Amino acid sequence: MSPRTQRVIGFVAFAAFVAFIAVLPAFISDFKARDYSYVGIYLIALLGLNILTGYTGQISLGHGAFMGIGAYAAAILILGRDGLSLAGTDPPGWLPEHGMRPIFVIPLAGLITGLIGYLFGLPALRLAGVSLALATFAVAVSLPLIAKHYETVTGGGGGVSLPLPTTPFGWDISTPHWLYYEAWTTAGILFVVAWLVVRGRVGRAWRAIRDGEVAAVSSGVSPAAYKTLAFAVSSAFAGVAGALFVIQVSYINPDTFPIGLSILLLASSVVGGLGSLSGVIFGALLLEFLPIYAQNPPVLDFSFSKQAPSVVFGVVLILIVLAAPGGVASLLRRGGRPVRLALARRGSRPSRLAKEE
Amino acid sequence: MVAAAFSDFMQQVVSGLASGGIYALLALALVIIHRSTGVINFAQGEMATLSTYIAWTLTVNHGWSYWPAFVATLAISFGGGVGIHRAVIRPVERGSVLRIVIVTIGLLVAINGYVLWQWGGEPQQLRSPFGTDTFDVGGVVVAAHDIGTICVALGIVFLLWLLFQFTKVGLALRAVAVNPDEARLVGVRVTWMLALGWGLAATLGGVAGMLTAPTVGLDPNMMAPVLIYAFAAAVLGGIDSPLGAVVGGLVLGVLLNMLSYLSQYGAFDWFTEELRLPAALLIILVVLLVRPAGIFGRPEVKRV
Repeated sequence: MSPRTQRVIGFVAFAAFVAFIAVLPAFISDFKARDYSYVGIYLIALLGLNILTGYTGQISLGHGAFMGIGAYAAAILILGRDGLSLAGTDPPGWLPEHGMRPIFVIPLAGLITGLIGYLFGLPALRLAGVSLALATFAVAVSLPLIAKHYETVTGGGGGVSLPLPTTPFGWDISTPHWLYYEAWTTAGILFVVAWLVVRGRVGRAWRAIRDGEVAAVSSGVSPAAYKTLAFAVSSAFAGVAGALFVIQVSYINPDTFPIGLSILLLASSVVGGLGSLSGVIFGALLLEFLPIYAQNPPVLDFSFSKQAPSVVFGVVLILIVLAAPGGVASLLRRGGRPVRLALARRGSRPSRLAKEE
Repeated sequence: MVAAAFSDFMQQVVSGLASGGIYALLALALVIIHRSTGVINFAQGEMATLSTYIAWTLTVNHGWSYWPAFVATLAISFGGGVGIHRAVIRPVERGSVLRIVIVTIGLLVAINGYVLWQWGGEPQQLRSPFGTDTFDVGGVVVAAHDIGTICVALGIVFLLWLLFQFTKVGLALRAVAVNPDEARLVGVRVTWMLALGWGLAATLGGVAGMLTAPTVGLDPNMMAPVLIYAFAAAVLGGIDSPLGAVVGGLVLGVLLNMLSYLSQYGAFDWFTEELRLPAALLIILVVLLVRPAGIFGRPEVKRV
């Protein structure tokens, strides 16, 4: 199949997906809309992680912690000093006095988290492979504890509540539906941004570093610059996801973003498919719905215990790495091969005949 | 006042050595796997927790007495470690680091879920084989369990040292760690040696788990903080150095207790219990950045 048909198929699939997401709220309850908003939020986080781990080859076990940083940044900006003192903490003077509207906070939280990710990326340059996994793991484990310690800003172990979300600008849709569109519009924009970045010059440099750092250097790619850039972009995505998350649940405490979340994020981006943007969609669906459906499978008439999902998840993760390192995305691509081969054969037949003659 | 401060100090040192001994055992397990496979086993803590639950089931549900259950658990753990290597690690061993890390993460998630599923989340009590007595040694009160822990940890380390230095298997294990390809050429069965390494690591984890449970209570996430201290100990000592792991573990155990001790007496008063773990993590970050090879490790030289 020519790259052009491939691009057309990809575009059609993406347009169909966008249309599906746009009309979905009309057919589902407010409660379900909330579930699907989480899918959008996870999608954003996984896009970021895939840029770092899938495209640049830097293993991160701390992505959930960066979501947490974004969430705390958003919560603090939404509350401001006034809100924090109402919540019973004693906020330091350098915080802005008044809170901001949640919708303006989202990009700000992304910028702040991106900056922190950039700063973390500078020392992380010295680490590769397993050491980086360990260092990011360390960050993910310590973040909740540090959040507990600095309680004047974070509300400590008790956490802080945010004002309940409402539909802004007097628009006439229910709040869960508004949150759904907020999450998915952001996800859509960031998906396109990720796609543009990944397919261009920067993405090529990232893949070069992933596949052979020495070769990349000798072709004039600076690993230091591109790795820190990957850290910054990936953290910014995580920060946006964290901000959306905290707006959605309107409450945050240090245990909202545990190490388990970081682990599940990495796991589901592997299952979805590293280095593939469409894989991110499967990863996000999996992250949200596996815990729900593995407990009560809709097909079979029995239910598992609450812990069965993690056993299934762990085993599936290992099987995917052993059998299909490209994840669900590559399985689908492989599954679609017979159809595509047929198409390609039909398309190429005249030329082959011409050659034989 | 001074005498009280001194006996308090000594108590902190002894209990620091006891917890440090546990960190050392788990760090040793990490080092054995890292030396041979080049990977950090993120599932090490969960494997240890699983072993400890097996010991608990044997003693409580099947009425075994402690030491037979201890030995049986170690045998089961050894078998489990070998099995894990044969089943899921060997196929990805020669692939990218990412794949091996993900497999160990998968093991972590699966084992943690299995333990929660099988035994539930409520904490259980595994009794200490050394009892709950305390001794008074010249004004210093020490717990029998702490002394027992230090003795068992050092005893295991000594046995491992004998194994590595004075047996043919130990020589083969060391050869595989240094250069698997050349070891294979001279007739060492490399994959079995790697499996043996995983078995030994699982056994060490089992010991660490059984020594941890009596003091902190047995629950599915019991080993998570211990694993992080073990990471710190292994990184501090040098992730490829068994001696470094032991020294790193003991130093870390005493160091963290010293911070708590000093914060009671005014110095480091910002140090609270919830910063214990971040302190260990800070050690990981600083060592990785300043001296990635650790205290006893040799710096890695990469040939292009």
